[in-house]
Amino acid sequence: MTMAKKKTVFTSRQIFIPIAALLLLALFNLAVDPSFFKITLGRNSAGDPVLTGYLMTILDYGSEVAILAIGMTLVTAACGGQDISVGAAVAIAGSVILRVLVGIGGDGTLQAPILVGFLAACAVSMLFGAFNGVLVAVFRIQPMVATLILYTAGRSIAAWINNNELPIVTDKSFTYFGGFIPGIPIPTPFFLAVVCIALALLVLRYTTLGLYTQAVGINASSSRLNGLNPAFIKWLSFVILGLCVAVVGLIKTSRLSTINYSVIAKDIEMDAILAVALGGNVLSGGKFNIMASIVGAYVIQFLTTTLYKFNVSSDALPAYKAVVVILLVVLSAPAVKDKLMGLAKKQKGVG
Amino acid sequence: MAKRKAEGNTAPAGRAKLTDTNLLLLITVAVFLVMYVGAMIFLKKGFLKPQTFFNILNAQAALIIASCGMSIVMITGGIDISVGGVVALVSMSCAVYLDYQGGNVFVSLLIALGIGLLFGAVQGYLVAYLDIQPFIVSLAGMFFARGMTTIVHTAPFNVENEAFVALKGTRINVPGLGTVNKMGNYVNAYVEIGVIVAVLAVVVLFCMLRWTKLGRSFYAVGGNRQSALMLGINVKQTRFLAHLLCGLLAGIGGYVYFLHVGSGSASHATGMEMNAIASSIIGGTLLTGGVGNIFGTFVGVLSLSTIQNIVSSIGLDQAWWTGITVAAMLCVFLVVQSVILARKK
Repeated sequence: MTMAKKKTVFTSRQIFIPIAALLLLALFNLAVDPSFFKITLGRNSAGDPVLTGYLMTILDYGSEVAILAIGMTLVTAACGGQDISVGAAVAIAGSVILRVLVGIGGDGTLQAPILVGFLAACAVSMLFGAFNGVLVAVFRIQPMVATLILYTAGRSIAAWINNNELPIVTDKSFTYFGGFIPGIPIPTPFFLAVVCIALALLVLRYTTLGLYTQAVGINASSSRLNGLNPAFIKWLSFVILGLCVAVVGLIKTSRLSTINYSVIAKDIEMDAILAVALGGNVLSGGKFNIMASIVGAYVIQFLTTTLYKFNVSSDALPAYKAVVVILLVVLSAPAVKDKLMGLAKKQKGVG
Repeated sequence: MAKRKAEGNTAPAGRAKLTDTNLLLLITVAVFLVMYVGAMIFLKKGFLKPQTFFNILNAQAALIIASCGMSIVMITGGIDISVGGVVALVSMSCAVYLDYQGGNVFVSLLIALGIGLLFGAVQGYLVAYLDIQPFIVSLAGMFFARGMTTIVHTAPFNVENEAFVALKGTRINVPGLGTVNKMGNYVNAYVEIGVIVAVLAVVVLFCMLRWTKLGRSFYAVGGNRQSALMLGINVKQTRFLAHLLCGLLAGIGGYVYFLHVGSGSASHATGMEMNAIASSIIGGTLLTGGVGNIFGTFVGVLSLSTIQNIVSSIGLDQAWWTGITVAAMLCVFLVVQSVILARKK
């Protein structure tokens, strides 16, 4: 218990892995082409000042995965499994937003305030999160299998919500969430991510959620004997992930001002899970570190952007990504680490 | 099954495990039969023709083979989400080899097997000996395979190699089954070569899992790794072999897929890994390991595609209905399984 108490969200050792990866990537870019770090202040088509550059792209697109990584880390820690339905759930959330804002057969003008659309998406996403949560917590189905259901049905449901139409929002203010707010040159998704991260850290700091999640993840039955309700904690983690999904749904639809049901947020669940893994979190549950996952998310985007810079086509991208991921994971694998560090202090219970 | 139980002098523990497996299998088979017979009675149309059933087999032969590999990995308590990517990579590599390099069919088959074994071996090594989580390893495997597919060749194309086209067109008549068509001619029901391979794979793997030492080790390792270790089973090697076998089957499945579609494309077999997982689950394999049956997986694939056929023949062929019905079916199966297993405990 004292160990757990001492460990704040900034568990020093764990966050080392993603930060080292980030530094490695940064050093690589610095050595090959320092112009990678150049940021220029320009004006976008609307005449507002915007900062552009590879680093801004990373902040912009990495934020989507970072927001999801918050919820995914909690789910992983509490349930010892991952939610593979987030991509499909983002499609549903985006579809709900468009349905509320424009409606079927709408002319593109806003029928309701954006906040209402967002709140509706939150409610629906949390509902789907709760559905996943019930399957996992009450019926004790492995998370990956339970969320396979929504993974299969999600995009179909998203298309069904809007009757398979593609509503387009013409209102300018809707583009702010995935782009820039006039006068602020930093992409909005980054601010949304900061807000989500701050909220998550505050909740973890001032409530027992973090401790309970860890306890349930390490041993559900003994935490039950200690008076916790493991089913509720597991369920709650899925509902929180639902909230994260709604935020990403807003960003994603705002970027396009419309939706493409089969493509939106495709494979984002894989990136989110990867972020959790790169953050050094044990995928079988227990101890977790939200900040490490978030850094992991930006590492993934850093890698992607670096590859794009070297003219790797978006289709071939996964192959290079896979090589880097394998290298990172192998280097941080307990077996390899032990060999590398000789007979240094061996921590038990990893893996 | 009841007879087997009565005769068997197996230890109680072993019997309990087998019963779990059998019960889930029984449900799967029953649901499949009810579904198919229901379709025959209420929908008639195509379902009364034997060829409809064989067409399902023809289209799903690759999925059956890939699902078998998936089930084996799942029985040992792992997961392999790279199979769809491997299938796509195999199709594309073989297609490029046959058409652009003027290669022959036999060597292309070796290429398919080689790719499968390579993926299986590397992933197996990382999972078993370096103890990295199978999900992450095979996720990287999937990324790598998908990416490599477009690096090998970007645009989709049809293979025109003569020997291959002849092999692709080979139809094997099913004796005694057939229908009289509109012209009054008798048409024999047929299957493609892939189906023979798939059925062979199911039979061989079924026997292997049931009666060989390696097969039983898969269950032991998946059921309880610690006990398996204490029983003298080489846990690492067993897990490695499971992944190797899964990779090999993905390679074979890839070739069968290639033989069915006759083209190479980066978008081939998209989502096949999830279909394979779904089929295994419907067939009664538990992701936690230790429980599963290859025959169930076979029936799982059939159930999955039968329900898709039913949905489209009712006229609900909008793409979203397929997704929703498959998901609903998966949901029902999972909940039923979970309730049954909870009751037994």
